[in-house]
Amino acid sequence: MIATVGFYVFAVILLASATMVVTARNPVHSVLFLILAFFNAAALFLLAGAEFLALILVIVYVGAVAVLFLFVVMMLDVNFAEMREGLQRYAPVGLVVGLILLSELALVLGGWHFAPGAIELRMVPTPRGLTNTAALGAILYTRYILLFQIAGLILLVAMIGAIVLTLRDRRAVRRQTIAVQNARQPADTVAMVKVPLGAGISEIAVLNRPAPAEADPEAMHGGSHARLHAAERH
Amino acid sequence: MTVGLGHYLAVGAILLVLGAFGIFINRKNVIVIMMSIELILLAVNLNLVAFSAALGDLAGQVLAMFVLTVAAAEAAIGLAIVVVYFRNRGSIEVEDVTMMKG
Repeated sequence: MIATVGFYVFAVILLASATMVVTARNPVHSVLFLILAFFNAAALFLLAGAEFLALILVIVYVGAVAVLFLFVVMMLDVNFAEMREGLQRYAPVGLVVGLILLSELALVLGGWHFAPGAIELRMVPTPRGLTNTAALGAILYTRYILLFQIAGLILLVAMIGAIVLTLRDRRAVRRQTIAVQNARQPADTVAMVKVPLGAGISEIAVLNRPAPAEADPEAMHGGSHARLHAAERH
Repeated sequence: MTVGLGHYLAVGAILLVLGAFGIFINRKNVIVIMMSIELILLAVNLNLVAFSAALGDLAGQVLAMFVLTVAAAEAAIGLAIVVVYFRNRGSIEVEDVTMMKG
């Protein structure tokens, strides 16, 4: 009895919040209703006996995917007012398609029953005396190990793909290069300048000199009489 | 009246239709379209779990877990594409995506 009432409550909230997801004006509200929908779907999973999947749904979807959606919605500075323009234009088509789809699904659901031999065709009958998590683990790491590894590979590819897509090579940012720093000599960077009496820095053009790295070695070592190297001084 | 497989399948069917309807009416906002896709995948998962419970077959729950995995990967990649697209165009309207048409 409690389970029946719970099912109807969770199902109604799930469908209502799903409706709000697709019709809400503000995408932030959409994401929040999506979180509510996921919570209620997890409750339905619990009622069906799939406890592990219910908690995975809460952890992965509410904890990761929905928060990712929230990040993106709030990070992108989108003008949400003009987003709603197409609503009136496409709503009739959407309603027609949705009603047709729903009636077809209702037709399928109305005339449907299990095939006579369906029970014998089960791949992994639910073992008795094991919790749902233990039973899932017992087959996930043995019989479905290949699928499990492929799922891990898919997640790896998704992670690399997301990083590659969003990584920006910013030319303006100057990064530290340790090798260049270590290879730097005092002679490349320091120039001792003998300033004649009464001559300011504008007269001998200290500030207009080329940077030491690009300057040609001839000029650096003996070209200018006013320039003396730190190394030569010692 | 006890809750059976038919109730779960009805909820899953309505959820799937709502997701498809959401794709239709949110033609501009690609983020809401992705949320609608998540709703559709949730409906699929609901059906898988309901059949798994009704038949006593754990394979349905394993498949639902893999669907969850792929849906999470899809959401991550899709949102990354949305971020890159927004950087390039300054909007996320789906109808503008024809920028490569000469």
